[in-house]
Amino acid sequence: MTEKAKKKVKAPRVGMPEQKPEIRKRNFEEVPTGYTVAMAQEEAARCLQCKKPGCVAGCPVSVDIPGFINLVSQGDFTGAIRHVWTKNALPAVCGRVCPQEIQCEGLCIVGKRGEPVAIGNLERFVADWERENGTGELPPTAPPTGKKVAVVGSGPSGLTVAGDLIQKGYDVTVLEAFHKPGGVLVYGIPEFRLPKAIVAQEVNFLERLGAKVEVNAVVGRTVSLDELFEEGYEAIYLGVGAGLPRFMNLPGENLIGILSANEYLTRANLMKAYLFPDVDTPIPKGKNVVVLGAGNVAMDSARTAMRLGADNVKIVYRRSRDEMPARAAEIHHAEEEGIEFFLLTTPTLFKGDDKGRLTGMECLKMELGEPDDSGRRRPIALEGTEFHMDTDLVIVAVGSGANPLLTQSTQDMELNQWGYIVADEETGKTTKKGVWAGGDIVTGAATVILAMGAGRKASDSIHQYLTWGW
Amino acid sequence: MFKIVKREEMAEGTVILNEIEAPLIAKKAKPGQFVILKANEDGERIPLTMADTDPDKGTITIIYMVVGKSTALFKTLKVGEVFQDVIGPLGKPTHLEKVGKVVCVGGGTGVAVLHPITRALKQVGNDVTCIIGARTKDLLILEEEMKAASHDLRVCTDDGTYGHHGFVTDVLKEAMEDGDVNLVVGIGPVPMMRAVANLTRPFEVKTLVSLNPIMIDGTGMCGGCRVTVGGETKFACVDGPEFDGHLVNFDELMLRLQAYCEEEKACYEDFCTLQAAT
Repeated sequence: MTEKAKKKVKAPRVGMPEQKPEIRKRNFEEVPTGYTVAMAQEEAARCLQCKKPGCVAGCPVSVDIPGFINLVSQGDFTGAIRHVWTKNALPAVCGRVCPQEIQCEGLCIVGKRGEPVAIGNLERFVADWERENGTGELPPTAPPTGKKVAVVGSGPSGLTVAGDLIQKGYDVTVLEAFHKPGGVLVYGIPEFRLPKAIVAQEVNFLERLGAKVEVNAVVGRTVSLDELFEEGYEAIYLGVGAGLPRFMNLPGENLIGILSANEYLTRANLMKAYLFPDVDTPIPKGKNVVVLGAGNVAMDSARTAMRLGADNVKIVYRRSRDEMPARAAEIHHAEEEGIEFFLLTTPTLFKGDDKGRLTGMECLKMELGEPDDSGRRRPIALEGTEFHMDTDLVIVAVGSGANPLLTQSTQDMELNQWGYIVADEETGKTTKKGVWAGGDIVTGAATVILAMGAGRKASDSIHQYLTWGW
Repeated sequence: MFKIVKREEMAEGTVILNEIEAPLIAKKAKPGQFVILKANEDGERIPLTMADTDPDKGTITIIYMVVGKSTALFKTLKVGEVFQDVIGPLGKPTHLEKVGKVVCVGGGTGVAVLHPITRALKQVGNDVTCIIGARTKDLLILEEEMKAASHDLRVCTDDGTYGHHGFVTDVLKEAMEDGDVNLVVGIGPVPMMRAVANLTRPFEVKTLVSLNPIMIDGTGMCGGCRVTVGGETKFACVDGPEFDGHLVNFDELMLRLQAYCEEEKACYEDFCTLQAAT
C-alpha cells in the first residue's frame, strides 16, 4: 500500500449531520440532514479508486462507484449524478434506504483497514445536489423503438425497469393501484427516512424522460394482463410487491388497536394521517405501543408511533439481537429515539375491554434452539414464564405473503407453493409469454435495492426479447 | 380525475346519488363489486358498493348516506366537478346462478347496493321477491327501480307512514314461512343484516350479506377490513364483500366499525361548523 493510500485509510469517515434524537423523535422531518459540498469532497477523497473495486461487485445494479466518487472529489457534481443515472434511476432513494453495510460499503477496501467510504451518503449527496442546484438536463435516450411496454407496480423494481427501458427508446407505461406512484417508497417507508417529495421527484424524472404513469389502475381488476396485450403492449413487467400482511393468528387479534404494519404505515405515509385532522384519514395514537417483529418495517412503525406522541414504544421480538433483520442504522436510530427492545419474547394472546378495544397482551419468554430452515436459531417457548404487558396499540410487522389479487386472475402463469410468481433468476421471465416479474412478488419481502437488481435483469431481458424474440 | 355527470338528492337530502365518468370501471364492474373514492388531495379513501353501471356511457353510480366528514365533503361536489380518485372494480362479484325462489332484503342505503344484484338475479331466471324498508316514508329510496328489478316488491317503514308498518324482517318472516325460498340476500345496516341472518338460520336457507368495514387500499394489502367468518379471519375487500350471513361475526364487525368514532365525530363537527360559517 502506498503512503497516500495509507493516509486515506487512516482518515476518519465524514459522518452525516443528523437531527438530535430528543428533537427528531417528535417530528417527521428527515433524520440525517445531508452533506455540505466540503463534506462530500472530503469524504470522496477517501476513495482509493481501486482497479478491482469490491463496492461495484456488491451493488445489485452495478453503479460505477469509484467513477462517480472521482467526479465528486473533482467537484463535478453534474457529471457525477449523470454517471450514477446510467446504472440507477433512483439514487436519492438508494442513498437513503439501501443496506450499504452488507453491499457496497461491506466490500469497500478502505473498510478492511478502517471505516468504509460513505458511498450511500455520497450517492444521496449527488442526487440531492442535482435536485437543488442541478441543470435539470436529462440524460440521452435512444431513438424510439415504437414498442410499448407495461410496468405493473410503481415501486423500486418497476421504476427501475421503467427507467432502463425508457432510456433504451421504449414507450413505457407504469400502472399503479394506489392513487400515488412509488409503491413501498410512498406507502411504506416513512417521511423521516425518505421524504415523499424526493420520491415524487424521482418519478417525475422518469416522466420527463417520457414514461407515462397511470394511477388508480388495479391490474387484475381494472384491467387484465391479456387485455394489456390486446391494447398493444408487447412486454409486461410485474413488480407488484408482496402486499399481503401476515398476522400472528392469536386469540383477540381482531380487537380495535391491532393493525398490520402495512395499514399503520399506509395511514401515516400515503394518507399523511400524522397531519389529521388537517387531512381526513385518522390514525390510532397509542400511549403504550408494541411493535411485533424486528425488521426495517418494525423499526419504521416503532419510530412513527414515537413521533405520534406515544409514552413508550416497545419492539417485541421472539429471537435475539443477532437475528434482528433490520438495517443496522435503523436499529441504532430507533434505540437513540428511546424505543425499548423486548427480545426473546412472544405474545400468546390479546386482551380487550367490552368496547372491543385492546388493553394488553400475554407474553412468554423464549430461548434459542437449533438453527431452522432460515439458518437462524429457532426460538423455543419457556414454560412458566408468562407475563402481562399493558398496551393500547399493537402493530404487527412480522412479514408479508404473496397478494393473490393479480395472480389469481392470471391462470396461465406458474406460482410456487407460497403463491409467489415463478420467474427465472437470471432474466425474470415468468412461464407466461411476454411477462416478466421481479422484486417481492418473486422473492418474498426483501429490500428496495434487491428489487431494483431484479428489475435491472428483467429490463435487459425485455430489451433482448423485443430486439430478438422470446 | 373522475367527473360527476349526474347528481340527485334523495331521502330529504340525507342520501346522495352521483353518476360518475369512469369508463374502465364501468366496462369491468359486475353486480356486488365496489369502488374506492377519494374527493381531493387530503381526502380519505372511502369504499362504496356500486348501485349501477352503464358500460356504454362509461359511467358508474354510487348512492351514499351522509354520515361523516368524507361523505359530507362528497355531498358538496356538483355536476361537472370531480372526484380526484376512483379505484375499482374491487371485491368479488355476486355469484349469479338460477336457484329458484330468491328474497332480496334491503334497508337504508343498502337498497342501492341491492339494486344491481336483484336485477341480475332476476335476469338469470330466478323468481325474485324484494323487501325494502326505511325508518319513514321520506327516507325510502329506489322504490320504482326495485319494482322493475324484481317480480314482487314489498315495502316497509318503521313508523308505518308507508307500506307495511314494521321492520323488513317481519315481512321476510312471512316469506320464509310461505316456504320454497332457496336464497336470501340481505344488505343494509349491520343490525339489520344480523337480524336477517338470525331469522333465516332456523330455515337453513343460504343467506348472503354484503359487508362494508373500514379499509384503505381495497386490494388485500392493509388487513384493516378483517372480519371473522365461520371462525376464520377474512379480508372483506378481496374475500368479500359478500359472505354467508350465518357465519359472520356481526358483533365483532359492529365494534370494529367504531374504531375511529371519536376522531370521525370531531372531524365531522369541525367540517360542519366551517360549512355553516362560509
